[in-house]
Amino acid sequence: MSAAEQALESGDAVPLSLRGPAPTRVVAGYGFWLFLLSDIIIFGALFAAFAVLCGETAGGPTAAGLFDKKHVLIETACLLASSVTCGFGSLAVQSADKSSTYFWMAITFILGVTFLILEVSEFSHMLSIGAGPSRSAFLSAFFTLVGTHGLHVTVGLCWLIVMLLQVATLGFQPMVSRRFFCFGLFWHALDIVWIGVFTIVYLGAHL
Amino acid sequence: MSTGIEAQGVAPGVDVQTHGTRRSYLVGLGYAVILTLASFWASSSDLIYSPGIPILLGVLAIAQMGVHLVFFLHISSAPDQTNNVLALAFGVFVVGLLVFGSMIIMAHLNHNMMPMDRLIQMQR
Repeated sequence: MSAAEQALESGDAVPLSLRGPAPTRVVAGYGFWLFLLSDIIIFGALFAAFAVLCGETAGGPTAAGLFDKKHVLIETACLLASSVTCGFGSLAVQSADKSSTYFWMAITFILGVTFLILEVSEFSHMLSIGAGPSRSAFLSAFFTLVGTHGLHVTVGLCWLIVMLLQVATLGFQPMVSRRFFCFGLFWHALDIVWIGVFTIVYLGAHL
Repeated sequence: MSTGIEAQGVAPGVDVQTHGTRRSYLVGLGYAVILTLASFWASSSDLIYSPGIPILLGVLAIAQMGVHLVFFLHISSAPDQTNNVLALAFGVFVVGLLVFGSMIIMAHLNHNMMPMDRLIQMQR
């Protein structure tokens, strides 16, 4: 390894002004990362609203009576597994392997859909027993927070379909693999938000 | 960066390693599963001093977020990640202000507010 390469590896020996432009993938990743952080700030605001309002049940159903922990554990498992299969999928994209991209991303899609079905069944059960968003401030905050997360998952699944169509029609062009990279970031970030949801909303309810 | 097209937009001598390996995803999965099960177990455990459980849940959640950031989102101390780490620090700062600020302010307002029945009496 030459001295210049070593300097590039360590990164601090070359002054910033001499390093040249960052690779497009790094720049695109940074831009998307900024979007994700702003999205997480939205969720932060919804978490703050939930934390303030979670005791205001207005005589209606309370958190401890509504939430089933086993249900949440299955939802969490779906989302976590889909995060890992999405990671395997992005490795397949990186090595331009079409069939294993389809395979891993199809599993990611199925797990995401399973998560959504579980969430919708929970919501419809709550609506059927009269615990809808209009019942109390606590339930409004709950449906807003968890519903926004579910909406993000839905958008992510639509994005995944579009990406698979792009792989089928355009192949693994740099542009397509960059978009896939951003999709992976989005999907993993949703999983991070879900950690907050199950800890604060569902596990916090049983304390 | 093997293909010719892929080299477009890449500075010479720079090899971008933004993806992990299959092994790093599995290690991350292992940690995440352990931390998730630990927090589900802790939330209904009789073994732990009960006022300490919320703190334990918080610690487990933050640890799992860290695991996800490192093993799934590949945030690291690499030179091409400096901007990402700085942006993350700012994001965490804003979220902290937002969440804890709201909670403190609302708790104070709640504390200072007259009880609702007396408020209704005054309006008569």
